[in-house]
Amino acid sequence: MSFLSLQNISKRYDGLPAVADLSLDVEQKEFFGLLGPSGCGKTTTLRMIAGLETPDIGTIRFDGRDITQLSPERRGFGMVFQNYALFPHLNVFENVAFGLRARKRAKAEVAQRVDHALALVQLPGYERRPVTELSGGQQQRVAIARAIAIEPALLLFDEPLSNLDVALREETRGELRDLVKKLGLTAVYVTHDQEEAFALCDRISVMSEGRILQTGAPRELYEKPAVIRVARFLGRNNLIVARRLSSSDTAIGTFKTIQGEHTLEVPVERSKLGAINQNSTLAIRPEHIVLSKEASPSGPNILRANVREISFGGATTTIYLDAGGLSLEGLLLRSDGLNIDDSCTVHLPPAKLMVLGDDEGS
Amino acid sequence: MNRAESNPERESRNTPRSSVFRVPLDLIKRPSSLLVLLVVVVLVYGVVYPSLHLLTASVQVNAEWSLAAYRELFSNRAIVEAAVSSVLLSLLTVAFCALAGISLAFLFERYTFPARGIFATLAALPLVLPPLVGTIAFVLLCGESGILARFVMWLFGLKTSPWSLRGWPALLIFHTYTMYPFFYMLTAAGLRRVDAGLAEAGRSLGARPANVLFRIVLPQLTPSLIAAALLTFMTSMASFSAPLFFGGDVRVLTLEIFNARQRGDVAAALTQTVLLAVISLAALIFLQRYEGTRRFAAAAMKGATARRRPIKSGKARALATASAIVFAIVLALPVFTLVLVSFAKDGSWTTQTLPPAYTLSNYGRILTQADASSVFVNSLIMAGLAALFAFVWSFCVAAVVGRKRTRWKRLLSLLVILPWALPGTVVAVSIAEAYGQTNPLTGSFILIGTFWILPVVYFLRFMPLVVRAVQASIEQMDASLEEAAGSLGASAFARFWRVRLPLVWPGAVAGTLLAFVIALGEYVASVLVFVPSNQPVSIKIAAEMRDFNLGTAAAYGVLLVVLISAAMLLAGRLERKREWPSGIGG
Repeated sequence: MSFLSLQNISKRYDGLPAVADLSLDVEQKEFFGLLGPSGCGKTTTLRMIAGLETPDIGTIRFDGRDITQLSPERRGFGMVFQNYALFPHLNVFENVAFGLRARKRAKAEVAQRVDHALALVQLPGYERRPVTELSGGQQQRVAIARAIAIEPALLLFDEPLSNLDVALREETRGELRDLVKKLGLTAVYVTHDQEEAFALCDRISVMSEGRILQTGAPRELYEKPAVIRVARFLGRNNLIVARRLSSSDTAIGTFKTIQGEHTLEVPVERSKLGAINQNSTLAIRPEHIVLSKEASPSGPNILRANVREISFGGATTTIYLDAGGLSLEGLLLRSDGLNIDDSCTVHLPPAKLMVLGDDEGS
Repeated sequence: MNRAESNPERESRNTPRSSVFRVPLDLIKRPSSLLVLLVVVVLVYGVVYPSLHLLTASVQVNAEWSLAAYRELFSNRAIVEAAVSSVLLSLLTVAFCALAGISLAFLFERYTFPARGIFATLAALPLVLPPLVGTIAFVLLCGESGILARFVMWLFGLKTSPWSLRGWPALLIFHTYTMYPFFYMLTAAGLRRVDAGLAEAGRSLGARPANVLFRIVLPQLTPSLIAAALLTFMTSMASFSAPLFFGGDVRVLTLEIFNARQRGDVAAALTQTVLLAVISLAALIFLQRYEGTRRFAAAAMKGATARRRPIKSGKARALATASAIVFAIVLALPVFTLVLVSFAKDGSWTTQTLPPAYTLSNYGRILTQADASSVFVNSLIMAGLAALFAFVWSFCVAAVVGRKRTRWKRLLSLLVILPWALPGTVVAVSIAEAYGQTNPLTGSFILIGTFWILPVVYFLRFMPLVVRAVQASIEQMDASLEEAAGSLGASAFARFWRVRLPLVWPGAVAGTLLAFVIALGEYVASVLVFVPSNQPVSIKIAAEMRDFNLGTAAAYGVLLVVLISAAMLLAGRLERKREWPSGIGG
C-alpha cells in the first residue's frame, strides 16, 4: 500500500465532471507532480487530497487510513496556495505560528519552530513585519514557512510559483526542491508549467479533462509519451500520421506517411501494434531530426526536404521543413548555413521515432 | 468518520443540490442547524408572518373574507388621490434629483476650478440630517415665518410673508435637497470608474463631445443611475415628516395611513399599507430587472480613469467657482439654521429676522435634566439594542447564507432585505397588527404597548444595512484564507474567531454604527407605534416643534446630527480599513 493513494476518484461540479475515475499513488518522501492545462482537474484533485473538497465517488487513503471524509483541519497536511492566502491582519510571525497555535503548542515551542521555519525559507528577522508589506517572493516564502511549521505529514502546493516573475520563479524552484528533500517531506505539486514540473518532481502525472493520461519520471514522459496528448503537451513534437505496412511479428515496423508517402522504419512494441493498413501517429522531437545539406542515397527514414522558414531563437534555431507535403520542424544549435528555399536531406533516426497510442488508452 | 465541521460554505460546494426542498433538510442534519433554525424563526416571526398577517387582515371584515375594504379603497377618491400623489411626488423627486445630482456630479467630478473642493466636501451633507430634523431645519429656514422669508420682508419692508411654502413646491424643494446626494454620489463614483480610454477612442473615431457623452459615457453610467433612481424613489415613497409638516393639501399614502390609524380606522390603514407596500416593491422589482440587463462587466476591463480637467475659459471658470460657492452655501444653510436656532431662547423669536436672544440652556436642559434627557436615553437604549442584535444577527445570516447562492438561500436573502425595501410605515403597521394580540394558533404574542416594540421595529428596519455590510466584507475576503486556516488545523470555531471575525469586523462595525445612528433619529415608524412611557427623541422633537419650543427642538436635532456625523466619519474610516492593502498575491 502506497503512502498516499487515490482510488477511483470522481468529482462533478454542477453536473460537469471535474475529475473522472482517477487513481494515483504517491510514495513516501516522493516529490509528486500533477501537470496539465488549466481546467484539467489537477487543482480539484489536490483540493480533495487536502480535504477542501469531498469526492463524489472513490476513496483517498493516507498511511493506511481512509481519510476521504476527514475534515482538512484533522489531516495535518500543509498547503501552499496559489495566491498564498496569507492572513492580512496578522504579521509574519503570527501567520507562521497560526497552525501551531491551532494545535495549542506551548509558547516557547511555537517561537522556536517559527524561528526555525523562517530560517529555512531564509526570512529570519522578518517576524514583526506585516505580510502586506512584503514583496511577492517574500510572501511566497512566508506561505511555505507557514505550511512546513506544522511539520506536515504531506505538503501540498497549488501552483505556488505562478505569481512570481520568471527569474524569481527559477530561483525559488531550486530552493523549494532542496527544502522538501532536506526535510524528508512528501509533496504533491500542481502546475501547468512543464519545465517547472520537470525540474521539481520525481514523478509526474499528466492530466487532461479530469483523467490521468500518463504517470512517470520526467525523462520517461518526455522521451516516451504514451499518447498523442502527452506528446503535444510536453514540449514540441513532430506528429506524423502514417499507415502501417509490415506484418505484426517483426520488431521493426514499416510505415508509409500519409503526407509525402515516405517510408519510415520504427521499432515497435507488440502491445502498441495497430492493425495493418490502419493509421497511427508517429512522433519525433525536433531536436532529434538530423539535417544535412548534402544529398545522400535514398532509403527508409531519409527524406528530401525544402527549408520553408528559419526562426532564430537565441541558443537554438528552429528550421521549418517541407518534405514533399509533410511538414516537419527541426531544432538545431546552429543553422549550419541553411537558407530559406535550400533543399536538404532529413534523417529521422529509427530509435528516436515513437508510435503513440490514441488518447483513450494508456 | 463523519465530517465534524459546520462551515456552510464548504457544505454548499460539496453536496450536490438538485432540489430546493432537500437543502433545508440537509442543513438541519449539520451541527449548524441551531443557527439555521434561529435565522428561519426570526425571519418567519419578523418578516413572513407580519407580511402575511397584513395581507390576510386587509381582506377580512369582522373575521370574514371580504374585499370590501379594497372596494372602499378604490372608490374612495381621497385614497386614490393619495396613491397617485405619492407616486407622482416620487417620480418628480427622481427627475429633480437626477437633474441636480447628475449635472453637479459631471461639473465637480470632471473639472477642476477654484472652490471646487468646498462643494465636493459638503456634497453629502444632507445625508447626515434625519428626515425629521431636516424637515424642521427647512421649516425654520424657508417656512413662511422662517429666516429667509423674514429677511425678504425686512429687505423690502413687506408686512406679510412673501411666500407660504406649503404643498408641492415645498415638498419638491425639500426632497431634492435631501435626496440629490444619491444621484450625485453614485454618478460621481460611476464617473470615476468609467474608462477614459473609451471616451478617447470615441473621439478618435470621429464622435463629437456630445456624442461621446450620450453614446459612450452615459450608457456606462446606467447601473449607477438606476441604483440612484431606485434609492430616491423608495426614499420619497417612504417620506413622512415633510408631508406632515408642510405638505399642505398634498395627500400622500404615508400620511393617510398615519391619519387613518389616529382616527381608529383600522381597515383603511391596512389596505393603504398594502397599497404602499405593493407600489414600493413593484418599483424595486421593475428597476432591478432593468438593471440586470444593463450591467457592464466594468471590473473585467482595464483602463485609466479620467483625470479632472481644468476649465480653460475664464468666464466659465468664474461661473463654475461662483456656482460651487452658491451651492455650498445652499447645502450648509439648513444646518447653520439648525445650529443657530438651537441656541435661541424658546419663545423669544417672534417677528425678528434672526432669533434675538441666545442661551446655552437648551443644551443644558437636554444634557442635565431628567425629563428632557430621558428621551435621548430611551432612544440610545432602543437603537443600541437594535444595533447590537443586528450585529450578531448579520453574522448568523452570513454563516447560513454563505458564499454560494442556492435558490432557497436567495429567498432567505430576499426576506432579509425586504424590511429595508419597504417604507418604515409599512413595517411599523405590519408589526403592530401582527403583534397586537396573542394568538396561540400562530404563536403570536403582544408587542404593541410594550418596551420591545420599537427595538424590534428598529432591528427589522435597519438590520439589512448591517447584513449587507457583513456580506460585502465576506465577499471581498479571499475564500482561500479560511481554507488555509483549515488546512493548518484550525477548527470551525477557530476559523470564525481568528480569521473571519478579524477580517470582517471593520465592515460589520461600520454597518452597525450606521444602523445605530439612523435608528436613533427614526420618526416614521416610531410615531405609529411608540409607547408614551418610553418616547424616543424624534417624538419629543416633533412635540417641541408643535409647542413652538423651537430652540429645544433644534438642540435635539443638532445633537442627533453631531452623533450621526461622528458615526459616519468613523464608519468611513473603518470601511477604508476594511480594504486590506492588496499586496497579497499580486
